[in-house]
Formats: sequence, C-alpha cells, structure tokens
Amino acid sequence: MNIDQELLQKIAHLARLEMPESAEKEMKESLESVLNWMSELDEIDTSNVKPLTHMSLEINALREDKVIPNISREQGLKNAPKQDGEYFRVPKVME
Amino acid sequence: MKVYSTLKDIQTDLYAGSITCRQLVEFYLKNIEEKNNTLNAFLSVFDQEALEKADEIDAKIKAGTAKKLAGMVLGIKDLLCYKDHTSQAGSRILDGFESQFTATAVQRVIDEDAIIIGRQNCDEFGMGSTNENSAFGPCLNAVGENRVAGGSSGGSAVAVQADMCLASLGTDTGGSVRMPAGFCGLVGLKPTYTRVSRWGLIAYASSFDCIGPITKSVEDAAILLEIIAGKDEQDSTVSNEKVPEYTAFQTEKKTYKIGYLKEAVESEGLQPEVKAATLAKLAYLKAQGHEVEAVDFPLIKYFLPTYYTLTTAEASSNLSRFDGVRYGHRSTEATDLMSLYKKSRFEGFGKETRKRIMLGTFVLSASYYDAYYTKAQKIRRLIKEFTDNLLTEYDFLVCPTTPTTAYKLGEKTADPIQMYLGDLFTVQANVVGLPAISIPNGLDNDGMPIGFQIMAGAFEEAELLTFAQLIS
Repeated sequence: MNIDQELLQKIAHLARLEMPESAEKEMKESLESVLNWMSELDEIDTSNVKPLTHMSLEINALREDKVIPNISREQGLKNAPKQDGEYFRVPKVME
Repeated sequence: MKVYSTLKDIQTDLYAGSITCRQLVEFYLKNIEEKNNTLNAFLSVFDQEALEKADEIDAKIKAGTAKKLAGMVLGIKDLLCYKDHTSQAGSRILDGFESQFTATAVQRVIDEDAIIIGRQNCDEFGMGSTNENSAFGPCLNAVGENRVAGGSSGGSAVAVQADMCLASLGTDTGGSVRMPAGFCGLVGLKPTYTRVSRWGLIAYASSFDCIGPITKSVEDAAILLEIIAGKDEQDSTVSNEKVPEYTAFQTEKKTYKIGYLKEAVESEGLQPEVKAATLAKLAYLKAQGHEVEAVDFPLIKYFLPTYYTLTTAEASSNLSRFDGVRYGHRSTEATDLMSLYKKSRFEGFGKETRKRIMLGTFVLSASYYDAYYTKAQKIRRLIKEFTDNLLTEYDFLVCPTTPTTAYKLGEKTADPIQMYLGDLFTVQANVVGLPAISIPNGLDNDGMPIGFQIMAGAFEEAELLTFAQLIS
C-alpha cells in the first residue's frame, strides 16, 4: 500500500489531526509498513464468511426508563479548558 | 513488616490483632517512597486518603463490621476513573482531568473495604506492550537492570511486584494484564469479554477491552473477580450471566484435557528458556494425569493483523471524543474551531496513539472499509469459530504468555512489527472474547520471570481459576 502526501493529509483531516510536513515522512512510513502487514489477511478466502460484528452474547439489555440524578452543570464544566459558567467556549464559528 | 502474598494471610493477621490496616498502608507507602522514583509505577499516590481509610477499616474490624476486602491495598491503572481523582490514560491529552464519577469495578472494591493507594502508569490509552508509550515515561521492571515492565498495565504489575500494594486493577485489550504479569512473575487474569462492567473505563477498543486483576496469587484474582464481575445498569454490554463463587475452588481432584498450541510452543522466535519451561510444565501436567495434546492452529499468523485492523478502527472512533473542548489539553495556537481540534489532538496525543488513530481512520474510510475492516471482521469470525471448536474438545488451551521474557528498555521501539509480535500469544483471547490467565512459570538464565497462559471457554473462569490454582 502506497500512501502519498494527498492521501496522508486526507486521512489526517478525517481524523482531525494536524499533520505538519515535518511529521509526514515518519507517519507515511509507519502506516505503510503496518498496512502491508495487515494485507496478509488477503491470503485467506473469506467469500463465504459473514463478518463478526458483535462480540457480546447479550441480546437486549433493558432497564426501566427512570429519572436518575446526573452530574450538575458545575461538575460537567469543571474540566473544561475554557467555559463561562454556563457553556463550553470555543473560537467563533460564524461571523 | 512481613511481606504478604495473599489477602487471606493479611486477614488472618488483621483479625488476630498482630497487624493493623494502618501499618499495612504505611508499609506500602514506605516502599513507594523508596522505589517509585526509579520504577515509575505510580503516577499519583493517595497517601493521606489511604491512611484515613485504613483507620476507618481498623475500626470496622474491631467492631466486626469489616467487609470482604478489608486489608486489601489496591492500585488502579490510569485508565480507570475515580471520582475527584486525576485519570489521564497515560496521556497529555487528558492533562488536568479529574473524573466526575467512579468506575463500577473500582466502586465495587471500595464498597468491600479495599483501600485505593494510587493511580498507576500505563501505555497511553493502553496502546503498547512495554509501558514505553506513556506520556509520563516508562515504568521499569523491578527485576533485572533496565528491563521493561511489559504493557500496557506496566505500572499495575510493577507496583505489585515491588510490594507497593497487594493487588491492582488493570485492563486487557490484547494482553495488557497478562503480559506485564508474565514479565513481572505475577498472576494476571483477563475475564470473558463483558464479564466485568466497563463503566468508567476509558475506552480503547470496545469490542476487546476488559478489566482484570493483577495479583500475587490465583486466590486473590478469584476474590477480586468475584467482586467486580456481574450486571451493571451503567453498562448495557455487560453480561447478565450469574457470577459464580470463584473463591470456592473445586477441591475434588479432576483430570483435564489440555491442548497446547503447537505453532506457539514450536515457534522459532521462542526464547530457549521459555520453551524449556513450557515443555517442563506440559510434562508436569502429563505426570499429574492430565491428557496433553498438541493442537494445530493454522490461523495463528493472522491473529495480530486482525487484532490491529479492528482495534485501530475502534480506537479512531473512541478517541474522537478528545477534542480540546470539554476536558483535557487545548492548544493555545488555535485560530478557529477546526484548528482547535487538529492542533489540540496533535499536541496531546503521543506518537503511537496518533499512528493508531491514522490507521483506524484509514481502514474505516469509504474506499478501504471492505478491504481492511470488513475483511478483519470476517477473519475474526474464523478465528473465533476455530477456537470455540477446539474448546469443545479440550478443557483448556495453553501456551507461553509471551515468546520471550522482559525486553531491555528501548530494545523493541525501533521496529513496530517486532514490538507487536510480543502480543502474539495473548491477543487470541481478546480476538475471540474468552477468559485467559497468566501464571508464573519459573525464571530465565538472567532471573527474569516466565509466564504460562491458560485459556478457557466463555464464562468458565471458575474452572480456569481452579486449574490455575492446581498447577501453580
């Protein structure tokens, strides 16, 4: 698998991860090496195999829909890097 | 103070009045003070709290109201949340994070009078096999010079190994409890997938993650599992299966049918002493009257590529919650919302975590989803069916926990694939969701511990623990 700069930046954007030029080469190489290794899975014919999508044996986990005490606003905001006592604050989205 | 290996011995002395919980906590705190600077097992120590709690439990013992875990001094991996205490998943992205709630597993041990002594070092988000991927620096093995602890629950293992606490709660996504337990000469138990509630466990790969104990004895692993396992309204994935009395080890002598993974035991990459110790254990099992047979596992080569395809995919999704908005690190360089996300995440995550997020995003992206992600899900089914089938014929599947004993610091960091291969024998249990335990199995020529792994069928922890106890 060859990862060119465009694909690398595209994945980084999807992952919302900054990818400065200085980090590109190392990331490209390590992605390619792991992806090549993952491609060994192609050696197995799986045309008649269904993907395993659920590991839990539980069918339905039902519980009563009741109101329980949740964390307070103050508690909810306590770890925020920036907040105004009511909301999380982020840079302006619209002019 | 005498060095204890089991809760039972501690409780005998506590109830005889020859020691107190305060003395126990002071003993562990002294060891932490003396050794933690070098070993780096604990990231925070809750000294005052632990001492206060010790006095409270000493009073309860006098009053006859103490519960099951009175006298157990426990550490918790940095992936478990504990209300009003820092939890950082070994990462800078969670700088300053103090949890608003307590993980169910942690709450359950506290409710049984365990004393939580501190938060333990680990690979960032559990992504690593040596504890070298922690933002807080590696945790060192207490045996040997400059040897790794194993990972990702490295701090949790070393803390027990170096008598900084009696036991730890770790987490196991691909071997993260069993591998460091093996490297440190301890018992590490990964329960059946969904046996233990994961409420309050910072998620890495949700179809793999399990909480499990690291202890000095099989008995203590059983005591802890009995308490942390079972239904929880906060986790809809947890199993409703009844929790048996794991501590009631079956005493009647039974012989078992045991399969050992031929490819694992005969693998060229196996360190000679590990191979010798494993073969000796198999000979011992035969001598004890158990039936021991080699089993072929042709899919072994595909365990790790399957594991990494699926876990990186799940990690890329789980770790999207770290965005610099609600908690943790926020970049000061951001100019708009998009750059706030991107810069905060780049600065906050370590190299290995960034790489796994990128890999996971790639295998889940529209053009590659079927070729990588769906393909791995299909092979996961093949591995699971093959393993489940074997376990209808055999009571247990055994192999060494790791191909070698603990590496030297930095020995594996240059080649990621070599690093990943260290998990070869442990990942199977996570890929298929089955319980497995690592027990000590002697030392190599340098005195480094060797681990022996036993895997059982789903929800057969009672049999697994009985057998582990029997052959320890």
